[in-house]
Amino acid sequence: MSLRYEDVVEYILFVFAVTASLSILLIILFLFNESFTLFEERGIASIVFGTDWDPGNNEFGAFSFILCSICITVGSLVIAVPLGVSCAILLSEIAPRWAKRVLRPSIELLAGIPSIVYGLFALVVVVRLIKVSFHLPTGETLLAGSVTLAVMILPIIISISQDSLEAVPKTYKEGSLALGATDWQTIRNVLLPSAMPGVMAGTILGMGRAIGETMAVVLVLGNVEKIPSSLLEPGEALTSAILLEMGEAIVGSMHYSALFALGVILFFIVLVMSLTSNILLVKYRIRK
Amino acid sequence: MISARVEDKIAKAVFWVSGIAIFFSLFAILGYVVLKGAGALSFEFVSGIPKNAGRDGGIFPAILGTLYLVAIAILFATPIGVGAAVYITEFRKEGKLTNMICIGADTLNAVPSIVFGLFGFALFVFYLKDYTGGVSILSGGLTLGLMILPMIIRTAEVAIKSVPGTYKEGSYALGATKLYTIRKIVLPAALPGIVTGLILGLGRAAGETAPIIFTAAILNPILPSSVFDPTMALTTHLYTLTSEGVSEGNAFGTALVLVLMILVLNYCARALNNYFSRNLRRE
Repeated sequence: MSLRYEDVVEYILFVFAVTASLSILLIILFLFNESFTLFEERGIASIVFGTDWDPGNNEFGAFSFILCSICITVGSLVIAVPLGVSCAILLSEIAPRWAKRVLRPSIELLAGIPSIVYGLFALVVVVRLIKVSFHLPTGETLLAGSVTLAVMILPIIISISQDSLEAVPKTYKEGSLALGATDWQTIRNVLLPSAMPGVMAGTILGMGRAIGETMAVVLVLGNVEKIPSSLLEPGEALTSAILLEMGEAIVGSMHYSALFALGVILFFIVLVMSLTSNILLVKYRIRK
Repeated sequence: MISARVEDKIAKAVFWVSGIAIFFSLFAILGYVVLKGAGALSFEFVSGIPKNAGRDGGIFPAILGTLYLVAIAILFATPIGVGAAVYITEFRKEGKLTNMICIGADTLNAVPSIVFGLFGFALFVFYLKDYTGGVSILSGGLTLGLMILPMIIRTAEVAIKSVPGTYKEGSYALGATKLYTIRKIVLPAALPGIVTGLILGLGRAAGETAPIIFTAAILNPILPSSVFDPTMALTTHLYTLTSEGVSEGNAFGTALVLVLMILVLNYCARALNNYFSRNLRRE
């Protein structure tokens, strides 16, 4: 009798354990189900590469949103990767105890600040700064989005880069130092190359975070649907388009279906990134 | 050509500068929010009802709404997350299924919050309207719960794994069953770690905007009477105040309340973790 009781508990725990995986399947199912009408009628290519987005006239080309999302993501990586990796090196190799004790919690706090608060701060401070320093009519630009996203993805890049730097066997470093190399030579020629897969994984994870970020981006980009020609122009990201138009779209309409199609595009970009970074992390044993 | 020694000095200076820059950006963001928000903060602001579309009055319904949403999320995610972690660690060590469960959790963790919003809207607000009341605290709370689930699974898993094997072996040696051992030995020993994860999950749920904006939020300052009613929330209120340029002062006041809530939660998690890891070391 007691054996059967254990079996029941094990069965219930099994159901709990697969809930996360099942929700992923459910999310895929719902995104596709809701966007099916549009994909069926227009085909994937015309949605991804179409440049006209005009729900009033049934035009649903999302290319400008996709391009804009990619621009701000790349922009944020250009800022955050060098800064984050050098901060990770500082934390794992150079900083004395007291500095670690100050920096580590600060980085955790940075990760804990809600995205809407970043958005508010960026709108009031970063946007105005950009407007004044580049003499623009408005500071709500792709650059403002990139800077904001950069600060938001720093914690994840730092923590994974630091883990992978610390996972490099001590003997590598000692061998290099014993040969008379300076700390910097050791970092550049021994530690960084060995930690590269982890740094890549962190970068890819940060990229996924940046492309999926909504609230901060929607406040600072200006939300103009057009193909941007420079970082100093306003734009509208995939996530902002969903957020801004969901309120006016009628359930079941083509517009509603198109917004879920944007969700599908977003989901698959992020899915590919998440899987790649996980494969890197597992393959090189940086995290279990 | 600069010597290796000088190059070393320069590189180290660059690392220090980047660390200091990151520290100061945190300081700048928090400092700015505190300075600007402190002006709006008062007892009336925290306890009053918004008037004039948020220009005047307080944010009490938003604070209450956030608390309700977070409570539903944590009530939903805790049993499932901890159960999943127990299953992975105690019933299934390593294997294909465990891998699949972990990949599922990691993927769920990577799903953008706006996609959770779409999903929550389609599933809870539209298809399950009869059970959730449409746009309601329940719909929003469940969406948030799904969102913080991976984090709770991960932290609970780490906490359970760090329980020394000797505890379990001692229990088995005394003739206890597996379930009894899990209930009486493993879970109590892992509790601090699990609770730390729950608190961090609370903080994450409180700070999210996009998943609740279609599933739970309204702009009318009405106090909800049950979980089937829609509600205001701090983050969505802050979004409205900011995006429509209603009142910068009140926006920063709301942001300050939100940030304080999350800082207190993070501090509790950290203190709890430190306290228990110190106790473990002493043993």
